[in-house]
Amino acid sequence: MSTRVAPELIRNFCIIAHIDHGKSTLADRMLQITGVVDERAMRDQYLDRMDIERERGITIKSQAVRMPWTVDGVEHTLNMIDTPGHVDFSYEVSRSLAACEGAVLLVDAAQGIEAQTLANLYLALENDLDIIPVLNKIDLPAAQPEKYAEELANLIGVAPSEVRLISAKTGEGVRELLDAIVQTVTPPTGEPDGPARALIFDSVYDSYRGVVTYVRVVDGSLRARERIWMMGTRAQHELLEIGVISPEPVPTKGLSVGEVGYLITGVKDVRQSRVGDTVTGYERQAKRPLAGYRDPKPMVYSGLYPIDGSDYPALRDALDKLKLNDAALWYEPETSAALGFGFRCGFLGLLHLEIIRERLEREFGLDLISTAPNVVYQVTMEDGTEVEVRNPSEYPSGKIASVREPVVRATILAPSEFIGAIMDLTQQRRGAILGMDYLSADRVEMRYTLPLAEIVFDFFDQLKSRTRGYATLDYDAAGVQEADLVKVDILLQGEQVDAFSAIVHKDEAYSYGVMMVGRLRKLIPRQQFEVAIQAAVGARVIARENVRSLRKDVLAKCYGGDITRKRKLLEKQKEGKKRMKMVGRVEVPQEAFIAALTNAEEPKKK
Amino acid sequence: MGGPASVSRPFEVYVHVPYCRRRCGYCDFNTYVGDGEGYAAVALAEMELAAAWLEERWAGGGGRPATTVFFGGGTPTVLPARDLVALLDGVRARFGLAPEAEVTVEANPDTVNAGSLRELAAGGFTRVSYGMQSFVPSVLQVLDRTHDAARLPEVVDWARVAGLDVSCDLIYGTPGETIDEWRASLEAVVAMGLSHVSCYALTIEPGTPLWRRVQSGAVADTDEDDLVTKYELADSVLGEGGLGWYEISNWAVPGAECRHNLGYWTGADWWGIGPGAHSAIGSERFWNVRLPRAYESLIAAGRLPWAGCDVPDAAGLVLEHIMLGVRLAQGLDLDVLGLPGSASRAVAEGTAGKLADDGLLDEEALGGRHRAVLTLRGRMLADIVTRELAP
Repeated sequence: MSTRVAPELIRNFCIIAHIDHGKSTLADRMLQITGVVDERAMRDQYLDRMDIERERGITIKSQAVRMPWTVDGVEHTLNMIDTPGHVDFSYEVSRSLAACEGAVLLVDAAQGIEAQTLANLYLALENDLDIIPVLNKIDLPAAQPEKYAEELANLIGVAPSEVRLISAKTGEGVRELLDAIVQTVTPPTGEPDGPARALIFDSVYDSYRGVVTYVRVVDGSLRARERIWMMGTRAQHELLEIGVISPEPVPTKGLSVGEVGYLITGVKDVRQSRVGDTVTGYERQAKRPLAGYRDPKPMVYSGLYPIDGSDYPALRDALDKLKLNDAALWYEPETSAALGFGFRCGFLGLLHLEIIRERLEREFGLDLISTAPNVVYQVTMEDGTEVEVRNPSEYPSGKIASVREPVVRATILAPSEFIGAIMDLTQQRRGAILGMDYLSADRVEMRYTLPLAEIVFDFFDQLKSRTRGYATLDYDAAGVQEADLVKVDILLQGEQVDAFSAIVHKDEAYSYGVMMVGRLRKLIPRQQFEVAIQAAVGARVIARENVRSLRKDVLAKCYGGDITRKRKLLEKQKEGKKRMKMVGRVEVPQEAFIAALTNAEEPKKK
Repeated sequence: MGGPASVSRPFEVYVHVPYCRRRCGYCDFNTYVGDGEGYAAVALAEMELAAAWLEERWAGGGGRPATTVFFGGGTPTVLPARDLVALLDGVRARFGLAPEAEVTVEANPDTVNAGSLRELAAGGFTRVSYGMQSFVPSVLQVLDRTHDAARLPEVVDWARVAGLDVSCDLIYGTPGETIDEWRASLEAVVAMGLSHVSCYALTIEPGTPLWRRVQSGAVADTDEDDLVTKYELADSVLGEGGLGWYEISNWAVPGAECRHNLGYWTGADWWGIGPGAHSAIGSERFWNVRLPRAYESLIAAGRLPWAGCDVPDAAGLVLEHIMLGVRLAQGLDLDVLGLPGSASRAVAEGTAGKLADDGLLDEEALGGRHRAVLTLRGRMLADIVTRELAP
């Protein structure tokens, strides 16, 4: 394939849309109309590769496809950069946006804009992208194009008539949209002859090729076989292959200013080729990297333990493999008295946690228990020592001067009739309102500061249920705040069960204790002695339940054939006993841990 | 314990009679409605095959006459007394019968009379075990028992007159049975001066008509607290009546213990005759096909009617030994827990100590005699004790 397209003929754009608003369908339709994918080869949602993405209808990993499109007899090159749609991956979204000059703002004509889309729109506006507002699904009976066109027009400051109406499903308006991209989006500019600078906006591990890195060349050009330098990670690699995606990878001789494509250097781990990093030539290095590089930082932590302890090495191998493709995944070995050997894992957010867990279970066939997710706390001791707590068991027991917890800036969009319900909920979750704006006569944007810990439990589901599903949420890390936090321990017969400890706000300690103790009372089988289940803050017991002692466990008759039957039953029971976890003398079935912990983190779908 | 066949180990014979006049709603035993006509001949044929097999197994060891014989069912007394006597004669002829052998027959009170009992005694039976279950008509009705509670003293007298030792079985925890009704049954047994009583907690066995009635909600399920209370009441009333517990579900005046059943719990060899009957010879356990028709046709073909066998490994034998040993009032000798396949004695003693702390094992017996003897509370939790003590 020839390389080096004149920058003025290139248009780099992305599609900003909420889950279910039809981004993948629109991408499919564009691939089809531009002839990049023929009808026969067309798969729905061509760009979403992983099964989980396909099933959930969300995009985890962004990718870029090159499409030809002729306007007024001139062939242009459109690079469609796919962006992840979820809040957990907002950094990746920001890098994708930074690789574009324009954005299609795609909104469902029956639902209007949602919080995450709005957040990404603001991000696009900050990046000075040319915005093309589009209402999709106009073929739906429930579509209200006039209403939502006005809302979009108000948001970005255009006339409602400039909002394009399309149906990605039927293809209506998609050709015109492609024309508009050529006409509206600014072509890339850059130093064609300067030292090369290319932005990494995605990096994917492929088991055959190693890491495939997606880049947007900003200045200069990169050539195949050239030696390159990663300015952030400060590493040197050889460009084994360089090319474009259309829609399968096609090697080229190089990539020049404004072009979008992929690199293969033979590295095996995405950490060596990180999103946000700047690629330059090794011989002719750029002086300054492109702005915006940062290490992905886990926000939410959870312990992952194999249900069958002998799967521990398999879990380690699986995490090692997933890490190759996920620079944000962090883990280290952890031992729990109750759950055995496992890993403390750090995630960008709850969805990230859930995706990793699901991949471990599905792709690697592991059965896992995950402990209730928690955030990172910074504890200052009275003697001035600083302790970082990523696991309730790390919470120090000495004299504590202060505890700080991460907070987020949250944006909630909802019909205005739910303002009261949202205020109630955010108040319960220790939220502080920052402001409120009407997007239209009956839709409102509310902005809050909220402790991240309050969001990682069931905030989103509560929000959905209190607003009949209408509210949408977006949040972004916003530093830390000091808070009145305590650690609640759960004790069985006086023995602490580390897996059930939680760090909660002082006012929540009692209800957490009562909830957990009550739940365990139902899950712990009766034993030959009474089992006391207690919740305690330090030495102070705040809740207590008892499991009555068992009174009868004996076979009435044991003659003749009963003997062999009974022996076999006892052998089975002894096998079952081996799968019990011992907490002191209390036998706790694995299922009880799973049930207690599963409920604690449910509901969690976003 | 297992180990090589040894003449020092008692040899017992069990004869199963898989017939009843009718099925009771709670029963899941291998029994069929019928009068057992022709059954004796088939069972006698099995005895011949069994004796031949044992002769080969014990070649050189000599014959070991049966120290006890137990006719169980079903309802053995659906067979005419002459058939039962013929079967006992068969045992005597094929296996031999030790002098002073204990020969028990289970009976339903309404399947015997003074004459039949005399005939059994004359034929060599020494003991009858009546399935009385309760002395309360409403309870008997829930259990589908057909006999008349008022006749029980008379039925016991017939046996005594015939010179038979008498035992009876009772069931506690029947849906609707009050504590006072249970006490009445116990007191009636004591009043009759019986020297041996077995009390069984009603077990609702899946698939039985009673189980279906519980499932449908027509009758209440058994209740753990009720069963434990009634067990403790039994131990108290029978104890006051001079009957001490010698196994979890069995009480006797000293010397009247059932030797046959003690053999099961103390590692005797035993041969089971009849459909579904189990045998234990050395460390081998085997059992017969359950269906009478299949049983008959195998025997007709000159084959032992075995359906399966099992040879427990060392750990299995230790588990069995513990499981059975702890059921007995004499308890389990902890010294055996140092044998191959068992936990080290120190571990076993540590575990036993904790069980004593929990009130499941008798402190004194443990400290003084190194024996694991269940307390009253521990008897109802014997399976826990077994699981804890087993390696």
